[in-house]
Amino acid sequence: MADEAGTTESNGEGSAETEAPKTPPGMDLRNLVDAEFPGAVLEQSAYEDREDEVTFVLKVDYLLRVCEYLRNHPAASFKILTDLTAAHYLENEEPFQVIYQLVSVDHARLLRLKMKIRDGQEVPSVTEIWSSANWMEREVYDLFGISFAGHPDLRRILLPEDWGSHPFRKDYPLEGRGERIYSKPTRKESGE
Amino acid sequence: MSTEGTNTAAREPDILGPIRTETMTLNMGPQHPSTHGVLRVLLELEGESVVGCKPEIGYLHTGIEKNMEVKTYNKALPMTDRMDYLAPMSNNLGYVLAVEKLLDMEVPRRCKYLRVLLAEMTRIQSHLVWLGTHALDLGAMTVFLYCFREREAIIKIFEKVSGVRMMTSYFRVGGVAREPYAEFYDDCRRFLDAFPEKMDDYEELLTDNPIFLRRTESVCAISAEKAIALGVTGPLLRASGVDYDIRKKEPYSGYEEFDFEVPLGSAGDVYDRYCVRIAEMRQAHRIAMQALDGMPEGPLQADNPKVVPPPKEQLAHDMEALIHHFKIFTEGYHVPAGEVYQVIESPRGELGYYIISDGSPSPYKVKVRAPSFSNLFALPEMVKGGMFGDVVAALGSVDIVLGEIDR
Repeated sequence: MADEAGTTESNGEGSAETEAPKTPPGMDLRNLVDAEFPGAVLEQSAYEDREDEVTFVLKVDYLLRVCEYLRNHPAASFKILTDLTAAHYLENEEPFQVIYQLVSVDHARLLRLKMKIRDGQEVPSVTEIWSSANWMEREVYDLFGISFAGHPDLRRILLPEDWGSHPFRKDYPLEGRGERIYSKPTRKESGE
Repeated sequence: MSTEGTNTAAREPDILGPIRTETMTLNMGPQHPSTHGVLRVLLELEGESVVGCKPEIGYLHTGIEKNMEVKTYNKALPMTDRMDYLAPMSNNLGYVLAVEKLLDMEVPRRCKYLRVLLAEMTRIQSHLVWLGTHALDLGAMTVFLYCFREREAIIKIFEKVSGVRMMTSYFRVGGVAREPYAEFYDDCRRFLDAFPEKMDDYEELLTDNPIFLRRTESVCAISAEKAIALGVTGPLLRASGVDYDIRKKEPYSGYEEFDFEVPLGSAGDVYDRYCVRIAEMRQAHRIAMQALDGMPEGPLQADNPKVVPPPKEQLAHDMEALIHHFKIFTEGYHVPAGEVYQVIESPRGELGYYIISDGSPSPYKVKVRAPSFSNLFALPEMVKGGMFGDVVAALGSVDIVLGEIDR
């Protein structure tokens, strides 16, 4: 059960094997989004059925519209984008996931949005919706090499501009490429 | 040269007209004392007013999150207090809560109380460093010395309880590293009993001090809406009047059992941030006292031998304990696959740990939502249009720790 909790799909009929009357967490938000943008949410899950771990996997085309809707709708009111990151799955067909953590101060709840993208695929920038996304998108661009279309200032943020690769990708070794290892000069080199 | 001379001669009637000026770019940092770490701020100045501000970060980037991905959950823990080195216990707390959430594990009530006590002492300690350095930036030397005196007392307690002054790594998944030493509670009580008086001393030096007021009042204010849009959290957000404290809104580690208030500001200027943090220290003192008074009896570690190492004495005569010990420290423990985002209220704001587990003994991905990172992003908005001298005040009021910004 625990292994599957992260990927439980619940399109209304999927929860047949659990107790029938129990609705999965985050269903109110799901209905809200579905009513406005049918087909935008591809998957819905919640770790261990926790209210605070609700995740929606979104279609990339819908990202900006859904985000804006979730920010402005009074029943959702996700005014804060608190975190934005990415995850890399080397063997997947869509190897990257871009992950957004939203906070609603009014309703004191969290929501996680996710998008699965191909390598090199551009993601629309959400800086117009939450200006706090500015540095976070730069960080993801820097460390994962994911480009954000429409970002006002997409530069590397943590690494030097000439670093050349993206160290948080899974195929980037912990030591090696790009590392600046200082090695003591051997006796021969130092002329002793 | 000569042509220029003739030009000026030709334009002689204009010589008393408006002086042609241009903006100047000033480089503040990376080794500027008021940047509290290695931060470079590029400022565009027009005379003395700031028209542009660009913080440049990354000087301390060491890839801590990537490093955590190749370590077991236990070994990744000491990396967390190296991020925000002024609030090590808070960082430990966020991480262990996230892993405990993944493991669906509940720690005993006494452990929760002990964690709250130490987390609030950390808040006091961290705010003391902020208060001292912030006041020092604005020219008040004495406060700095007083603050560091009290901070030292807390650090001494930390050292005795965990073995290390700053990089404590005391909170562990499923409990704490070891039983606190015998006089721990007495030491805490002695410090906490004396502390409110010390607070009065600091306030006497600053709160109504006209020089301090002129440096801070209505300086670098941000409105509530702007603070929310910029993703600012913690004392900064509350100074702008937004009632958002994770200890109240998303209680963790038993905070719902404690009675405390969330101090709020209204103007969102540097002075309000000062007031909010001062009031927060008093509240932290209040919570710590409650935790100390109500410290329950009972076990300290969760009853889960697969995760919590057995007591050292048991290893000598209990084969099972020896096996568990060996397994935990070599292979580590398996954490169910899934993903969690655990937030806590660190002294600097919302500290989040996003952990993806693939079922193996080391996390697949760790992302730390560092409060300073988002708070520093608001700096340009704060200082634009203000005076150059206020940049230092604003930077101090944000209370950044570069270690967690760059990670």
